[in-house]
Amino acid sequence: MRVVVQEAPFDPWQELVAHEKACLPHGKTGGSVSFVGTMRDFNDGQEVSAMRLEHYPGMTEKHIQRVCEEAAQRWEINDALVVHRYGELQPGEPIVLVVVWSAHRANAFDACRYIINYLKERAPFWKCETTRTGQSHWVEHNTEDPGVVRVDPSIPKTA
Amino acid sequence: MQVTVKYFASLRDKMGRDEQEVTLTMPSATVADLRQHLASALEFPDNTLVAVNMEYSDDTKVLKDGDEVAFFPPVTGG
Repeated sequence: MRVVVQEAPFDPWQELVAHEKACLPHGKTGGSVSFVGTMRDFNDGQEVSAMRLEHYPGMTEKHIQRVCEEAAQRWEINDALVVHRYGELQPGEPIVLVVVWSAHRANAFDACRYIINYLKERAPFWKCETTRTGQSHWVEHNTEDPGVVRVDPSIPKTA
Repeated sequence: MQVTVKYFASLRDKMGRDEQEVTLTMPSATVADLRQHLASALEFPDNTLVAVNMEYSDDTKVLKDGDEVAFFPPVTGG
């Protein structure tokens, strides 16, 4: 499993293909499920022109890695990759990529959802938005996603 | 004992610094004791989170010499 926290922009598809070629045994995986989080140009009814993403180096990587390991304990997966930006971002740019490979798609969908949900809850990142009027403010909380399904990480997977 | 205190995001802006060394003289000092020690500088907002040596923690956590204690607002990554 690979976790990368980087300042440089990235191409999600290139990251997926490069990791698959380097780390997955050829022909042994049934597929991958990916989630790409992209910077919006709106939030809470305001137009957003730029964003700065701050993180806690060390703690961020540690907690994303742990979320990936929890997902691997719960579901039969081959591998996982997470790439997350920090620093200055522009609308439309990818912020985060989560990819999970598995022999069967159900496990990959479930594990991918688990990783992005718990990454958002635990990884120490903070967004500072700049609006069209040029004012900057810290985002106080992520927008609630009504479709989020909670899975308790303390409950082990069923056989 | 001496601990390193870090602040992130809006809390760092309020404190006007990102890090400070703090000496605590009481034995078995907890995170709550540290917060009280720092209270002269700032009233932390109620939703402030704390991590000790990069693990989420709370006010009851007993500190030891050399610990890294971070205070920060709710996280907004992803």
